[in-house]
Amino acid sequence: MNALRRRVLEYTLTLWSLIVAPTAWAAHFLFSYVYAAVRCAKGGRDSAIGDVRLVVAIATVVALAIVLASAYVAWVHRRVEGDEPPFHDSTDEDRQRFLATSKLLLAGLSFIAIVFTAVPAFTFGDCR
Amino acid sequence: MAAAPHRHPDQGDPDVRAAQEARLRQVWQPPRGLFLRWTDTNNNSVGTWYTLTAFGMMLFAGVLALIVRAQLAAPENDLVSASTFNQLFTLHGSIMMFLFAVPMFEAVSILILPQLLGTRDLPFPRLSAFGYWSFLLGGVFVGGSIFFNAAPDGGWFMYPPLTTEPELSGVGADIWMLGLSFIEVSSIAAAIELIVGVLKCRPPGMRLNLMPLYAWYILVVAVMILFAFPPLIAGDVLFELERLLDWPFFDAARGGDPVLWQHLFWIFGHPEVYIIFLPSIAIFAMVVPTFSRRHLIGYPWIVLAAVGTGFLSFGLWVHHMFTTGMPNISLGFFSAASEAVAIPTAVQIFAFIATMWAGRVVWSTPMLYGAGALAVFVVGGLTGVMVAVAPFDWQAHDTYFVVAHLHYVLTGGLLLPLLGGLYYYWPLFTGKKLSDRLGRSAFWLIFVGINVTFFPMHFSGLMGMPRRVFTYSEESGLHGLNLLSTIGAFVIATGIGMIILDMCLSPRRKLAARNPWKAGTLEWLALPRQENWGVRCVPRIESRYPLWDQPGFVASVDEGRYFLPDAEEGKRELMITSVLDAEPVQVARIGGPSVKPMLAAAMLGGVFILTTFHFYGAALLSGVAALAAILWWLWTGSGIVPEKPMKHAGNGVVLPLYASGPASSGWWAMFITMFADATAFGALMFGYFYYWTIHPEFPPKAAAGTNGPGWVWPVIALALVLTGWVLTVAARELNARGRVRFAQGGLVLAAVATAAGAAAGLAGPWFSGLDPTAHVYPAIVWVIAIWIAVHGVVGVIMQLYALARSLWGRTTPTHDIDIRNITLYQHFLAVSAVVGFITIGFFPEWV
Repeated sequence: MNALRRRVLEYTLTLWSLIVAPTAWAAHFLFSYVYAAVRCAKGGRDSAIGDVRLVVAIATVVALAIVLASAYVAWVHRRVEGDEPPFHDSTDEDRQRFLATSKLLLAGLSFIAIVFTAVPAFTFGDCR
Repeated sequence: MAAAPHRHPDQGDPDVRAAQEARLRQVWQPPRGLFLRWTDTNNNSVGTWYTLTAFGMMLFAGVLALIVRAQLAAPENDLVSASTFNQLFTLHGSIMMFLFAVPMFEAVSILILPQLLGTRDLPFPRLSAFGYWSFLLGGVFVGGSIFFNAAPDGGWFMYPPLTTEPELSGVGADIWMLGLSFIEVSSIAAAIELIVGVLKCRPPGMRLNLMPLYAWYILVVAVMILFAFPPLIAGDVLFELERLLDWPFFDAARGGDPVLWQHLFWIFGHPEVYIIFLPSIAIFAMVVPTFSRRHLIGYPWIVLAAVGTGFLSFGLWVHHMFTTGMPNISLGFFSAASEAVAIPTAVQIFAFIATMWAGRVVWSTPMLYGAGALAVFVVGGLTGVMVAVAPFDWQAHDTYFVVAHLHYVLTGGLLLPLLGGLYYYWPLFTGKKLSDRLGRSAFWLIFVGINVTFFPMHFSGLMGMPRRVFTYSEESGLHGLNLLSTIGAFVIATGIGMIILDMCLSPRRKLAARNPWKAGTLEWLALPRQENWGVRCVPRIESRYPLWDQPGFVASVDEGRYFLPDAEEGKRELMITSVLDAEPVQVARIGGPSVKPMLAAAMLGGVFILTTFHFYGAALLSGVAALAAILWWLWTGSGIVPEKPMKHAGNGVVLPLYASGPASSGWWAMFITMFADATAFGALMFGYFYYWTIHPEFPPKAAAGTNGPGWVWPVIALALVLTGWVLTVAARELNARGRVRFAQGGLVLAAVATAAGAAAGLAGPWFSGLDPTAHVYPAIVWVIAIWIAVHGVVGVIMQLYALARSLWGRTTPTHDIDIRNITLYQHFLAVSAVVGFITIGFFPEWV
């Protein structure tokens, strides 16, 4: 685990890394919606959607794994020794720890939003 | 490169400083004269015009709303006809959204963002001016149409088939589509300006963790524009092709689908709500710490809220379409996202409340507006959670309940924060405070007025009053509630009138002190009598609230002890810094006053306006003139080779004066533009696949005029476009290695290949006889082919432009911004050719 931590710490957080988790949400959302919409349009209104459930479940697991990985990276950076929040000094450490905190929070929000998105697939049984 | 020996000026010497100030004043002097003053491009001038125009639009749309309310005050009223009423509410909504809310955010940002970032201007001042003139022209065109009884009348979201049928909707729908498309161009221009401004023009030391929250919000919103506006532009293209040329994109009889318009409109329309809400709440994020006299609590939480809302707001659009008959599971996805977006929205409100709780709140007038805004917004947010629940929405859809909801959101989330911002920032630009007495009285009138107007609408809606009806019957029992709403509307108007009075009295008042609110952020460095140069020197930042936390900061700035305190070479200069840590990387020179942006906007406006009235020949001429104006502007104003490579920026920092590729702001501007363009293309491709989804057979069984383009021509076209792309990349590399003649030859060949590719792309549908009016399939294939072909032609113009720059010695192996930028364009062209040609050539037959 320590080797992994060290590798994570070598990596500089950027604006791009900040949006990894919400991008996972966006991809998951779009994929789930498009898959279900095409499937229902082609399969007919009364068709059952067992396969949609399976596909959405797999997509959800993948998306949540990305979010958790993003959260782990953020967590490791967040725990680098230094002063307490609110990270408002003009230093490399504070910039990095600020980005880590925001990244962690975004991962949390994305996690919840992905779970929300998955719920309809398990609530409805057909394409009506 | 080694620094040349340089004698540091003695900033302690008043004579040195006076000489520097005289030079700065000279360089940043605004143009004078009856006409020339309008050629100014400085953000102070353009931002002020922009703000005042947007404010004027708000007043105009407000008057329209008052007429609407007067008509609805009594049952069976005949103050205005049904037709006029349709124009009134359509124009009220369209103006408030497109000509007030969005431009106002751009205007305010152009005005205050440079001050907040301690920079002299934004990176592309002429682009801001271009955006302003486009907005003014388009705005007057759309808004003025009502005086000719020609205003759009299909509601602000213009649903087909009502609006695509020229006999039912008149020229108003064309005015809406073309006029507002033109304004969307100015929004994208503003997005480019603001993104590059926030990322590259921050003062040294202002790392990402020290950025003012306003800048965070603006960054998020500007990026949202790149994803939200282009789908609407794509929708507008389809819409006008149907209206002008009878291509049946939304005509169900010929395979089209009106619901596609709803998708494209709301992919824009829902994020739009957040595009206008976030910048207003951003003003609040500046006001709250000032009057709580402490740092904002939960800075990363606000960033979470801004970024999180920015993302989630794109998963909400179908909640406007819950009644279109989509499968429940689809509605469920959007309902879920609609509920989730309440989380980040609430987080920022809790952060503000926590800050106020922890600080010592000074109950100033701006704070009063802020607190009122929160109260109103929360009501709108709660009804928002209600209508996000699909079964409830089925009952409330298209009733006054929705009208109540959206007006609570927009008055609480936009109007009140903006008015608070007006009171807060007025001293920054005029040096004078507005009256607290008038401001507070106005606040109470507006606050009470909002609730009296919109609260009863919840009930009239639940009682079944549909939106957009021009009258109602005596027996409906709606009279009392409607009368109340009308009274409330006039109370709001009285409050707004009081604010206008307050502003008009301002010139007679005495100057306020510098930083009258004792705020901590950079914009309050401004002096009561503002200099046109923005900041005396570009400061070094060590805190989120430098005026509070950095000892001696204001004096050091005033004495020019930081960066760029002088304008030795007589040029307008900005400091460009790195994205993450704001380390100085370049001194960029920016354009000064010029008539070219105005000219380009007028000519481009001509294209849209003349097309509305079917003067196609004149529109084409106007388009050629617009192209000429833009080329003239670029040729004379961009990519200029400086007289020396490096410059002393102060404090021993020596920086290059020229940058190209990703190090330059111009490259990023091109990247952002093409990103928006790619989103529009993506929306067209979405259309293709959408039609495939809804048709059991797509392409339709071969009938006359619906035979596909085959795969041969698309493959030839793709190969040629990719050849042009490879040759352009090769030309860039050859140029960088000093093989200038080979690079020029490469550009010639590249232009030939790209032009041939564009032609071959059109040859497919042409030779297979695809008839775009027969069915939606040929129409969408044609649109994709034409889109790529037009982009190919633009690519050829760029290749020839880069060639000319090289031949005239304005592009050299070391000064190669033009060729790098056009290569970036070619990357995007190549991607769209791959996606577009493979789709029309091979999908779905080969899958």
